[in-house]
Amino acid sequence: MTDPLALDPVLPASERSRLPFNEDLPHDERYELFEQHVTGGGKVEASDWMPDEYRTQVLRFVEMHANSELMGVLPERDWIMRAPTLRRKLALTAKVQDEVGHAQLLYRVAEDLGKPRTAMVQDLLDGKTKFHNVFHYPTRTWADIGVIAWLVDAAAIVAQQALRDSSYAPYARTMRKICWEESVHIMHGRDVVVTMVNGTQQQRDMIQEALDRWWGPLMQMHGPRSDRAKDRDIHWKIKAKTSEELRQEFLSIYVPRIWELGLTLPDPDLRHDEAEGVWKYTEPDWNELRAVVTNHGPASEARLGFRRVAWADTQWVRDAILGRTAAAELRLPA
Amino acid sequence: MTDSPPADRTTDDGDATGLEPWEVFRQEKEGDPMRHGGSVMAPDAILAVHYARELYGRRQESHRLWIVRRADVHDLDDPDLLNPPLDRSFKKPGGYVMRDKLAAARERSGQAKPKASSKSHRTTEPTR
Repeated sequence: MTDPLALDPVLPASERSRLPFNEDLPHDERYELFEQHVTGGGKVEASDWMPDEYRTQVLRFVEMHANSELMGVLPERDWIMRAPTLRRKLALTAKVQDEVGHAQLLYRVAEDLGKPRTAMVQDLLDGKTKFHNVFHYPTRTWADIGVIAWLVDAAAIVAQQALRDSSYAPYARTMRKICWEESVHIMHGRDVVVTMVNGTQQQRDMIQEALDRWWGPLMQMHGPRSDRAKDRDIHWKIKAKTSEELRQEFLSIYVPRIWELGLTLPDPDLRHDEAEGVWKYTEPDWNELRAVVTNHGPASEARLGFRRVAWADTQWVRDAILGRTAAAELRLPA
Repeated sequence: MTDSPPADRTTDDGDATGLEPWEVFRQEKEGDPMRHGGSVMAPDAILAVHYARELYGRRQESHRLWIVRRADVHDLDDPDLLNPPLDRSFKKPGGYVMRDKLAAARERSGQAKPKASSKSHRTTEPTR
């Protein structure tokens, strides 16, 4: 039989093997092929070769996201027992379960990049890794739950929708599932806010007060403006949009929806500039953001403390799971 | 620079933790293809099934799940086997372009071009 490889190739090599950097080549050549692939819109799977810098960058990004999902349920968890109706209690419980589920999905993505889950939990508990600024603040009333589920989740989904096309394919796939679930949370939060706005004066005041408190952290959430050309996450197409692009998108969709309810925002300079086509606002307090995400926020210590206790309290579950397999192996002769 | 995970971090580190990855496939509706959904870490099949149910079937979004130990998946991505360096267009409907030849045949026989029929034998299978 003729060796098919001995015949003249009709299809170009690029069409046969789409990932030439998986070949055993000198490092610099591989790096260049990988960079061409990714910057040209190509996707990367967990089993593909990737440069250290890319692996570290994706891992850091996904780990921070996973931490935020895990820590983000704590402010809401506090209100499950205080939810005003059974339906609200069920919805809030389901939301908390969803967010923990998102953390599980994201830690799986991060694990495949090479960092074990226990190491990620330990780094979070030790304050070595971060979680989103908005989860370092206390929740004071039921109105906070509406504002968080509507606007914190909305600000998050604006960022997350831009990640559904991430160059790291396992992350992109996970984000598609997560965005689908988050859209329910936003409806739940908006429903809480709209219901209270239609209620008594006291309920309206509670929403307005919560909104005033959360607006600063919300404006800080996407981070300071950055130079697109210098952003390595954008270079590697791990993410697609800059902080300012995300903030503008959030403002365009949600400020009109907030104003529509007769609520006000605590920023006298906030307005849409028709000529420039952008939202103008007072510069957010970036010092507050830096302090808060390094665990110096008003609720940082309490939240981490709760996680440490929970981690220790559930050690027996992890031991039991692993002990059970050990016992099962003992019963089966090798 | 090695571009591999640091020594203290290994993927699928089953021995150290007793856990290993299980791939989850979902069928959204009856009759749909099974599609890869993601994976879970579990020490055995019983817990893998429980985790998969919690993460991929909690909202009635799945008709069926398949849970497969990652180590049991055989991966084939060899381009020499899947995309051999030969023109395989004769295996695809798109490999037969006969518009000009048909026109020539019609001209020879003096027949007009038939009206487009709504019936077609083209399938909806992917042609790539």
